[in-house]
Amino acid sequence: MEKFDAIVVGAGPAGVAAAITMARAGLSVVVLERGEYPGAKNVMGGVLYGSMVADVVPEFWKQDAPIERVVVEERVWLATDDSALSVGLRSVHGVYHPDGCPNAFTVLRARWDRWFAQKAEEAGALLVPGTTVEDLLWQDGRVVGVRTGREEGDLYADVVVLCDGVNSALVQRAKLRDHPVEPHHLALGVKEVIGLPAEVIEARFNLERGQGVTIEIYGAVTRGMSGYGFVYTNHDSVSVGVGVLLSHLMRTRIPPYELLEGLKRHPLVRPLLAGGETWEYSAHAIPEGGLRAMPKLYGDGVLVAGDAAMMVNGLHREGSNLAMTAGRLAGETVVEAKRHKDTSARTLALYAAKLEESFVLQDLRKYRDLPELVERRPDLFATYTELANYAAHEMLTVDGLPKREKQRRIWREVVRRRPPWALVRDLYQVWKAIR
Amino acid sequence: MEAYTPVRVEDKLYTLRWKHDRTSHITITDPRTCADRCGDEWRRPCTTFCPAKVYEWDPAQARIVVAYENCVECTSCLVGCPYRVIDWRPPRGGFGIQYRYG
Repeated sequence: MEKFDAIVVGAGPAGVAAAITMARAGLSVVVLERGEYPGAKNVMGGVLYGSMVADVVPEFWKQDAPIERVVVEERVWLATDDSALSVGLRSVHGVYHPDGCPNAFTVLRARWDRWFAQKAEEAGALLVPGTTVEDLLWQDGRVVGVRTGREEGDLYADVVVLCDGVNSALVQRAKLRDHPVEPHHLALGVKEVIGLPAEVIEARFNLERGQGVTIEIYGAVTRGMSGYGFVYTNHDSVSVGVGVLLSHLMRTRIPPYELLEGLKRHPLVRPLLAGGETWEYSAHAIPEGGLRAMPKLYGDGVLVAGDAAMMVNGLHREGSNLAMTAGRLAGETVVEAKRHKDTSARTLALYAAKLEESFVLQDLRKYRDLPELVERRPDLFATYTELANYAAHEMLTVDGLPKREKQRRIWREVVRRRPPWALVRDLYQVWKAIR
Repeated sequence: MEAYTPVRVEDKLYTLRWKHDRTSHITITDPRTCADRCGDEWRRPCTTFCPAKVYEWDPAQARIVVAYENCVECTSCLVGCPYRVIDWRPPRGGFGIQYRYG
């Protein structure tokens, strides 16, 4: 019987962070990954945040980490079909933390995950790709191992750390979720990676070598559904995609690839992609249900981290960083539990306490009411982007009409779309959900 | 931007690489539900939200035809089937979609 200190299911950001933390502390760790290589199944926009990586791999930016571009500018577009009101921040400050760690950078997950998993192997963890976990093994009401798809594939451990991603079947098997995940708890993201020469990207996006831009696009591109489109620059490719709630896709019956095609053909996006060649199409579910849709995070001999635990902050497009921090804290918890020779739920509860102290649960708690609002009010995205564009358009069109008259027109249009009482209610509801 | 943008998902799937298993990792546990209930009540949303067009309604056979080879493993159908009759399991270890960029 093969027995480890810990089994980690899934070699994504959460699983690898957990494995590195435990292996460095001297624990015997096996990481099971169902893909033929780490990253084979994984998709994100993708922006990653340096400080959470550095917590696990110190000074990673000085190593050969597959960073595509360091984000120097973030733009937000409120778009209609043929215009966009644009806000953004470009600054020489804040691009790097004082120690030289990049604040945010773009990655391609198939490359990044392989590199990250290699760090776990260097720390002493055993990585076993091409292996599916089919079930958990139990003894006296506690999880004691996993049943893999391999022959004689039962593995045992003191703790099993579930990092098997969105819609984890194992979380259910571990009896950590009593309510099923609902369609409004998920967004479906579709994306293309479009190849373009690095110099073309730098010229088009006003960048110097190694610098990158992110653009988030709200409004018409989601066709009345809640979500947003994005354009992120990689080294010699651009990631363009859109994510909307699954519940809204079910209602509108708009195929996600048509939504993506519409975004690519938007008059403001098309010139950014011109001449590019699609290298790869991809799609993935994103767990956006927030705090209220999270499973229980620990049980006897078992912990959950990352997408499997619904750790996504949709408003701030954060997820992989939450996963890394949660994975690290899960790892630290197992190390302490092993030291106390007790891996029951009583000791593993420390994991939840650590998460409460970190930004992970504090941010998810701050936005706990947002997912419900986003599900209920997709009209907010369309109405207010249209009004903002109309107002800007009116004020910038110089046609001899006095400005006061233009202001009156704008207000008339606002009131026509949203009567003052509805306007106040909308603002209050949004404020309440994000305060 | 056009209100309706026709697009062939096949052209997008063409950019992808899979290691195909011989047997499907997806089964419809109760095909009668798709025929008798879902058509009227939900118009079979799996045929539109699936980003890889795995699910197609065949009126002649009165059932959903599952092109499991196209599956990109996004897992949406696990939750998006209104009657939860899609039994989706991860493909065997090492099989299925293999993203090169992700």
